[in-house]
Amino acid sequence: MIERTPILNIVTHLILASGLILLLLPMYLTIVAASHTLNDVIAVPPNLLPGDQLWVNLTEAWTKGHLGDRFLNTFIVAFGVMTGKIVMSCITAFGLVFFDHRLKMPIFWLIFITLMLPLEVRIVPTYAVAANALLPFQTLLDLSGITWLISAVSGIEVKMEWNLLNSYAGLIMPLVATATGTFLYRQFFLTIPEELVEAAKMDGAGPLRFLWDVLIPLSRTNIAALATIMFVYAWNQYLWPLLVVTDQSYAMVAVELGRLVPKLSATGGEVPKWHIAMAGTLIVMLPPILVVIFMQRWFVRGLINTDK
Amino acid sequence: MRRAYFKNNWIAALMVTPQLIVVFTFFYFPASQAMYWAFTLEQPWGGGNTWVGLDNFRAILSDDLYWSSVWLSIVFALGSTALAVGMALILAIFVDRQLAGYKAYKIGMIWPYAIAAPAVGLAFRFIFSPGAGIMMFVNQVFPDLWNPVENGTQAMAMVILAGAWKQVAYNFIFFLAGLQSIPRSLIEAGAMDGARTLRRMRDIQLPLLAPTFFFVLVINITDSFTDSFGIIDTMTAGGPSRATNLMVYKIFNDGFQGLDYSGAAAQSIILMGLVIALTFVQFRYIERKVHYT
Repeated sequence: MIERTPILNIVTHLILASGLILLLLPMYLTIVAASHTLNDVIAVPPNLLPGDQLWVNLTEAWTKGHLGDRFLNTFIVAFGVMTGKIVMSCITAFGLVFFDHRLKMPIFWLIFITLMLPLEVRIVPTYAVAANALLPFQTLLDLSGITWLISAVSGIEVKMEWNLLNSYAGLIMPLVATATGTFLYRQFFLTIPEELVEAAKMDGAGPLRFLWDVLIPLSRTNIAALATIMFVYAWNQYLWPLLVVTDQSYAMVAVELGRLVPKLSATGGEVPKWHIAMAGTLIVMLPPILVVIFMQRWFVRGLINTDK
Repeated sequence: MRRAYFKNNWIAALMVTPQLIVVFTFFYFPASQAMYWAFTLEQPWGGGNTWVGLDNFRAILSDDLYWSSVWLSIVFALGSTALAVGMALILAIFVDRQLAGYKAYKIGMIWPYAIAAPAVGLAFRFIFSPGAGIMMFVNQVFPDLWNPVENGTQAMAMVILAGAWKQVAYNFIFFLAGLQSIPRSLIEAGAMDGARTLRRMRDIQLPLLAPTFFFVLVINITDSFTDSFGIIDTMTAGGPSRATNLMVYKIFNDGFQGLDYSGAAAQSIILMGLVIALTFVQFRYIERKVHYT
C-alpha cells in the first residue's frame, strides 16, 4: 500500500508460496505417479520426479476405463444440467420479479427452501422417485380420490409410470431441482431499474418481448457464471449417478474413477494399479479445471452472488 | 418498493410452473416420502407399511453405531472446517495485499474448486497409501508408523486432510471477495493513523471480515455433513471397522446396501433437521449482521 515493508513482503511471498505448494503438491504427486510404471510407483525410495510413461498410462486409463463413452455421457448430462438450470431459473425469477400477484411470496419461499437440503441428504426417497417419476402425481391422485372416481366412473385404473433409472433425464432432472440459479437470477433482476420496465411498456413491448430483448442480453454475465458453476457441479456428480445408473452405457466419469481402484476392504493384498488410476484421475480432473481457469472472472462473481 | 409490473399474470404462472413441478417431484415429494418411511415400517411378507410412530427413531437413537457415526461426523466436520477455513483465511488476507504475482497466486488458489470429491479422494488415498510412494518409504524407515488401512485414527486424519484440501479454494474465493469489499478508504485511514500492515489486518480487516467468516464457517460444516460422501467412498468406504463411517455414508449403506428404508429415512430426517438448524443459525446471524461501514 503506502509504506515500504520489505521484510513483510518477503514473509508474504513465503506464506503464499508455501500455501501454493500445499495446494499443488497432491496434483504434482498424481502427475508423477501417472508417469511411471507400477514398479517405479511402489519403488523405495520413492520417485519424486516425473517419468516417461505418462502418455502410455493416459491411453491405458482412457481405454480401460471406457473414458471416451463416459466423457460423452458426462458432457451430455453437464450440458443438460447447464441449459435446464439457466432456462428454468431465468424464467422462474422473471415470473417472480416482474409480475405482481398474491402468490408471489409463498411461491418464492416454496422454491427457496430447497436451497437448504442438498440431494445427498434426501437421497433415499429421491431414488424412489427416480424409479417412477410420476409417483408423486399418482400419489396425489390416489390421496385426493380421483383414481377411485375415475375407476368407478369409467372402469379404467389410472396407473402412471415413468422410469428414470438408466436415462439422461434421470441423471439431469434431480440435479436441476434446486434453487441456486433462481436465487442468482432473482438478485440480478431486482437490480434492474423500474424505468426500464416502464420504458418497455411505453414502447408497447409485452413481458415476453421484454424478457427476450432486454433481460436476456443484460444477463450475459449471469449466464456465464451460472454455466460455469453448473458445469463443474454436474461434471463432479458422484453419489447420484452411482445410484441411478446400473447400465454402464450411461455411466459418468466421476463414478468410473471410483472403480479404477478397488475398495479398501476388497484389495486382498494385491497392489492397486496406482499408475493407471492416477492417470485416469488426471484426465477426469482436466475439463472442469480448464473451465474454472478460463471463466474465473465470471464464475467467482456468480459463486459469491449465488450463495449469499 | 417496485411499482412497475406487467399485468399478464397468466404468463407469470406459466413461467413459474416448470420449476414448481420439478421442485415438487424431486424435493417436496421425496421429503414427505422420507417422513412417511420414518414413521412406518415395511412388513416382512409384503402388505404395505404399518404405522410405528417414533419406533424407528428410538431404534436409531439407542443404536451405538449411530451415535458413533454422529460423533465421527462431528470430528470430521470440525477438523476439516478448522483446517480449510484457517488456511483459506491466511492465504486470502496475504493475497489481498496485491503484491507482485497477485493474479498468479489467485488462480493457483482457486483451481482446486474444480476437482471432484472422488478425484481428491483417490489422489489422497494414493499419497497416503502405506503400500506406495512416500508413505511406503516412511514406513520402511519407521516400521508400522503409518497404516490408515488398519488404523482408524489415521484413516480419519487422512479423510480430514482430503476434505479440508478440497474446501480451501471455495473458502478462499469468499474471503478474498469479502476482503475486497472493505472500502480502501478505511485501510488508508488506518495507515494515516500510523497502523502498519499487520496492525491493519488485525484491527480493521479481520473484524470487518467477521460476517463472511461466519458464513463460510457454517457452509463448511453443512457441506462436510453432506458433501463428504465422495471422499469417504473412494478413500476408506467407511472403514477400517467403521472408523470413518460418517452420517451420510451410513444412510447410504443402511438404505441401499442394507435395504432398511425406514431406518435410513429416519436418519435422513435427523440429518435434514441438523442441516436446517445450521442454516437457520446462519440466517439469524446474517440478519443481525453488523454494518461497520
